Amino acid sequence: MPFAREYGGSLANRSFGGSQVARTFYARGQTGQQLLLGAYQALQRQVALGRCRVLVRREMLDLVVIDGAARGIVVRDLESGAITGHAAHAVLLATGGYANVFNLSTNAKGSNATAIWRAHRRGAGFANPCFTQIHPTCIPASGEHQAKLTLMSESLRNDGRVWVPHVRGDTRPAAQIPEDERDYFLERRYPSYGNLVPRDVASRAAKAICDAGSGVGPGGYGVYLDLAEAIGRMGRATIDERYGNLFEMYQSITDEDPRAVPMRIYPAPHYTMGGLWVDYALMSTIPGLFVLGEANFSDHGANRLGASALMQGLADGYFIAPLAVGDYLASSNLAAVGLGHPAFAEAAAGVARRVETLVSSRRGRTVESFHRELGKLLWDECGMSRSAAGLRAALAQIPVLRAAFWREVIVPGRGNELNQALERAGRVADFLELGELMCRDALERDESCGSHFRVEHQTPDGEAKRDDTRFAHVAVWKHAGPDAPARRHVEPLAFTAVAPSARSYQ
Amino acid sequence: MKMILHVWRQRAATEPGAFVRYEVGGGLPDMSFLELLDVLNERIAREGGEPIAFESDCREGICGACGFMINGVAHGPRARTTVCQLHLRSFRDGDELWLEPWRAQAFPIVRDLVVDRKAFDRIIAAGGYITAPTGSAPEANATRIAKRDADAAMDAAACIGCGACVAACPNASASLFMAAKIAHLGHLPQGQPERASRALHMIAEADREGFGGCSNAGACEAVCPKGIRASSIARMNRDYLGAVLAGQVELRGPCPGSSSRADRSRP
Repeated sequence: MPFAREYGGSLANRSFGGSQVARTFYARGQTGQQLLLGAYQALQRQVALGRCRVLVRREMLDLVVIDGAARGIVVRDLESGAITGHAAHAVLLATGGYANVFNLSTNAKGSNATAIWRAHRRGAGFANPCFTQIHPTCIPASGEHQAKLTLMSESLRNDGRVWVPHVRGDTRPAAQIPEDERDYFLERRYPSYGNLVPRDVASRAAKAICDAGSGVGPGGYGVYLDLAEAIGRMGRATIDERYGNLFEMYQSITDEDPRAVPMRIYPAPHYTMGGLWVDYALMSTIPGLFVLGEANFSDHGANRLGASALMQGLADGYFIAPLAVGDYLASSNLAAVGLGHPAFAEAAAGVARRVETLVSSRRGRTVESFHRELGKLLWDECGMSRSAAGLRAALAQIPVLRAAFWREVIVPGRGNELNQALERAGRVADFLELGELMCRDALERDESCGSHFRVEHQTPDGEAKRDDTRFAHVAVWKHAGPDAPARRHVEPLAFTAVAPSARSYQ
Repeated sequence: MKMILHVWRQRAATEPGAFVRYEVGGGLPDMSFLELLDVLNERIAREGGEPIAFESDCREGICGACGFMINGVAHGPRARTTVCQLHLRSFRDGDELWLEPWRAQAFPIVRDLVVDRKAFDRIIAAGGYITAPTGSAPEANATRIAKRDADAAMDAAACIGCGACVAACPNASASLFMAAKIAHLGHLPQGQPERASRALHMIAEADREGFGGCSNAGACEAVCPKGIRASSIARMNRDYLGAVLAGQVELRGPCPGSSSRADRSRP
């Protein structure tokens, strides 16, 4: 892992949102990608040693539960369409988060909630689905055709200053707006943290200022992230070394050079703190089903700070899962189960029926058109700020949209071959259920808390107002059948060492 | 903007393929090339056809999933850019473009523009790693690494494994892909213990997969979206030759960097 180094040869550090000290190791602007490649190489080593077999291009479409314990999965081979079962003593899901429920997010296009959603439908509790992180530093959307949003690493907030013109609708180029006509709104509102306030605070501030009409760029939904002062202080070479690859990416997308004109940024869905409920051993409410990383709900509460998803990946993967799974296997008395068990045939038949239903659908609207409509609804009503009225409206519309999906969606091609439209259709079908649960969770949580901002609950200066007497708990939703609403359970949060307080970044 | 696309359509590796002509309107300069294909695919679906299969995932140029030939150039006309980061502003209104999958024996076609690149996984499994067990690494500051070396390792580690180098090479060689991994690990102290065997085993695996040898054409460097330098191939050959001279393997044929490598007997 080629971490950046100081001239003396020790690891270099930099700071991230929500922290005031430089404490994070990095590899240019692509630390996560490099960690992924390092993990991939270590995995391939295990493959070479014969300790591990990787089945690529398979999608998990159901969980097999026998005698109340997770005993295997059913997958579809994305190239041949073959539906097969895999029996096991335990199942570990490390399938990531569900930010693509919003359609436009910074997640990879293939990222989806299907594995955890199928497990939820088999009985795994889903915790805090409404806790979704909207990241402040993304490149604004350029039009209706937008397929995905691009994250500019948060590290830019180390050296960049966020501002908008004081005068609404000021169309002068940024360079012609003098210093005293610029509103550095994060530094103004949060003097001690300034541009490094946590993500939800920075995102909401940007949304508020754009909603008020002060945004910049086409459509008015963007704010400047200006590196001019840092370039002047440290020189272009230093800034290029820190952010060179981000500048290239930004310039390739927007056709603007961020060294010459300030970058334009706007918030976008980036991470989901909610996920399948797990205990301290990462086991879900289904014995033998372990959930790791972003797919579970743990560690981040209602908000997540920079670099801590990597911390969670390391902690879950290196330290917890190897011991927790071993302990489960040693302390349970599991009957021998093979693929011949009727539960595998039942699950595989269900998957095959669903595939068949989808590919026989050739009616009026594309999968993408449903995903766009769902995403916009959730972005507007269950995004950066939420209200009871908006959430009730979304809860009325989502079932209508879901019914239209199953009536009108077009899925071309066949089930027994590489069929990307079919893959997307199955994922969007699950998002149409998950989106409804997110809205119900957001409506029930009648307080503001971290990423979950209910407009009814804010301080006079617009900060989130928690209600610890009523909501100091995890909300865990249990599936109650295809036609019944999910049931909400609560797990109280007990604070023994540090009492929760109102946070202040001023 | 309006574009005329001739897209290679092929249902499976076992079936014949052909170019199919599409006229796509409504393009905008800020639209990415893959977004243009998204728009086209939605139209094909609405008209009762089967959408064009192509791969993409991060759409930020860092995952290596996307890639196809545009008018014979891997990832299209813009230097150091994956096709997901290529925007229509790189083209003119009315341009006529031919889109083809990577063509290499070791990358069989799955469908349309999708090829099977699992051969790259097997090359990495042959030695593209360090053998220190995961989770037991010593404190990273215990091993000082000169900034110059860490930077050189990072330059090589930028490889995303997209396969453009193979598609551009007249010999369908995976040399640049392997050389990037070998340079990445070889610049770091952690990569030294297996440095010799790594080059031998990765090159042997590439031969088995049916990738060709390097004849210094340089096409790989020209299309590499991450700017991996062809000089890293010379470094790989030095590691290989060093391993041979150190007696790790009997030298049976010419130098591994030469174009006849694929023809020689298996090591």
